Amino acid sequence: MASPYESLDLPPAMIESATPAADWVVVWPVALALVGAGLLVMLRGRRDMQVAFAAAFVAAIVVSNIYLVMRVFEAGPLAMTMGRWLPPFGISFAADMTGALFSLAASVSALVVVFYAQSEIDSREHRFGFYPLLLLLLGGVCGSFLTGDVFNLYVWFEVMLISSFGLIVLGGRKVQLDGAVKYGFLNFLATSFFLMAIAYLYGLTGTLNFADLASKADDLPLGAMLTVAALFLFAFGMKAAAFPANAWLPASYHTPAISVSALFGGLLTKVGAYAAIRVLMVVLPEGRLMLEPVIAAVALATMLLGPLGALAQTNIRRAIGFLVIGGIGALFAGLALGTQHGIGGAVLYATHSILTLTAFYLAAGVVEKMSGTQDIRLMGGIYAANAPLSIVFVVLVFAVAGLPPFLGFWPKLLLVEGGVRAGQWFLVAGLLLNSLLTLMAASRIWAHVFWRNGPEGERSEQPNTMLRALTGAEKRYALGSTVVLVALIVVLGLFPNWLFTASGMAGFDMLDPTRYIDAVFAEVNRP
Amino acid sequence: MNTVIFRTVAPGIAALMLVFSIFVLLRGHNEPGGGFIGGLIGASGLAVYGIACGVAEVRRAMVIHPIVLAGFGVFIATLAGLMPLFVDAPFLTGLWWIFELEGQEIALSTPLIFDIGVYAVVVGAVATIALTLENDEEHY
Repeated sequence: MASPYESLDLPPAMIESATPAADWVVVWPVALALVGAGLLVMLRGRRDMQVAFAAAFVAAIVVSNIYLVMRVFEAGPLAMTMGRWLPPFGISFAADMTGALFSLAASVSALVVVFYAQSEIDSREHRFGFYPLLLLLLGGVCGSFLTGDVFNLYVWFEVMLISSFGLIVLGGRKVQLDGAVKYGFLNFLATSFFLMAIAYLYGLTGTLNFADLASKADDLPLGAMLTVAALFLFAFGMKAAAFPANAWLPASYHTPAISVSALFGGLLTKVGAYAAIRVLMVVLPEGRLMLEPVIAAVALATMLLGPLGALAQTNIRRAIGFLVIGGIGALFAGLALGTQHGIGGAVLYATHSILTLTAFYLAAGVVEKMSGTQDIRLMGGIYAANAPLSIVFVVLVFAVAGLPPFLGFWPKLLLVEGGVRAGQWFLVAGLLLNSLLTLMAASRIWAHVFWRNGPEGERSEQPNTMLRALTGAEKRYALGSTVVLVALIVVLGLFPNWLFTASGMAGFDMLDPTRYIDAVFAEVNRP
Repeated sequence: MNTVIFRTVAPGIAALMLVFSIFVLLRGHNEPGGGFIGGLIGASGLAVYGIACGVAEVRRAMVIHPIVLAGFGVFIATLAGLMPLFVDAPFLTGLWWIFELEGQEIALSTPLIFDIGVYAVVVGAVATIALTLENDEEHY
């Protein structure tokens, strides 16, 4: 008896050729995160195995991201369309240098946080699934960076959002629920706008695949294109905590455990910035051109208000939250420039920002452990108590402000050069002022926490009695992993050549996505 | 909801709903049904049983914590997606194994494993929520 399945005419919709196993690298970061999260939920009672498995899975994700970056370096963008359906019918995953670099930086940050978390995640938080949620969050973040489909991007945003809700309330203190409500409400609002923009875009073009959209969205009527581009910009700007939709970030990021703060500060806002760059550069370049003054104004305001907010804060984590916002301004400045230097600089800046701000939160966490408070005014005197920590912290102060030779300097250089070449003097001034203000805000934190002998107002030369020494586990996991991440930042800052090449490629493929489109449609165009 | 009538029929209803949920799950690929609605029906069955006989009784009957079932679902669904790795096809490609058993054609496939994973996720997650809401005292 002939099977009815054999009589179906499948070829026109299906990919016929074999997919080499090496191409799977574009889905490994996401697939490993999902497998790992599922496995860790099943092992919920086994604390020892949780840590080991989480570290193994995140390390495997880092390795596959490194391989992905190397592949993209050698052969250009890499794509895979799920389920053997031909794009644009199947869901594509596609990585160009932008996505691969973001994904690598995010997974490196997550790996450090896995080790750091052992100094503070208690067994109750273990039971409620800290590590599975961390893996799901990483899966959502990597999925957002690697997907080649705008609706799929929304799905990964949701994965990321749901797991971040879980992480932010883990511990269940009152202030956490307060932060979670603000965080959740604003993010849901942004997601709704994102979904509306997707619906309009689908209605206008009939496709959701980035590569397919790139060739079809050019023909849209200008009014419709401007509407969709503005909606996307609003949604992603809100997600990225750009001015004027930035208030939710410092109101919520200081409430959970420091590992969670570090993950959020490092990873989440960059996803919004990445999505804005991807959609406005590849899909709606003409929409970006029309919105350029708006993006530039948003970037300028964000760049200045971020560090100014940080200057006014007495809560250390809220202050760092404002520094995160300042960095988002620099990313939007790159998007406003929209040139090779602008986009390349933004990509490099995001890589720096993911690593440096994670490290900044982690170092602040060590300070909090020693002083038992988040209030900068009570922290003084840590320099005497823990000199290595103060060195780590001052390196981060310089790195986040973008002073040479640290990592933050190079993307700022690219962005400023791009601004000068484009004649965008306001943005150049904004970028430089941002660096200066960030330096002031960050070194103010350093001076108050480390240099001042005791709490604010104390006149005596006596050491601060509220400080306690770190325990052995805290030294090993918390301080140790922070030092490793800072060392990585210093090394990358001293040897930035490959990062320059990579960000050059990223900018090139964003401005002219031909290679990206060819990679996605390789099967369709195959003779 | 503590009437004798309800407590008497609830185990029967719950059992019926669980069997029906598996039926809905298995007919899913080409007909209305599938892992998601099957999982919802199954979780509703557990919830009915919980309302009638108490949350502790449901937890005892389930043996494993429902969230573990959800984790298992994510795990096997992703593994089903990884299977095509061995036949040089992209992630999530459906692989079919069709054979005849006593004149009946039986189609086993990775989409079926994926759907069973979805079923487990939905039953696990919804049952966790339902049992937590039905629970009066603090109990984790």
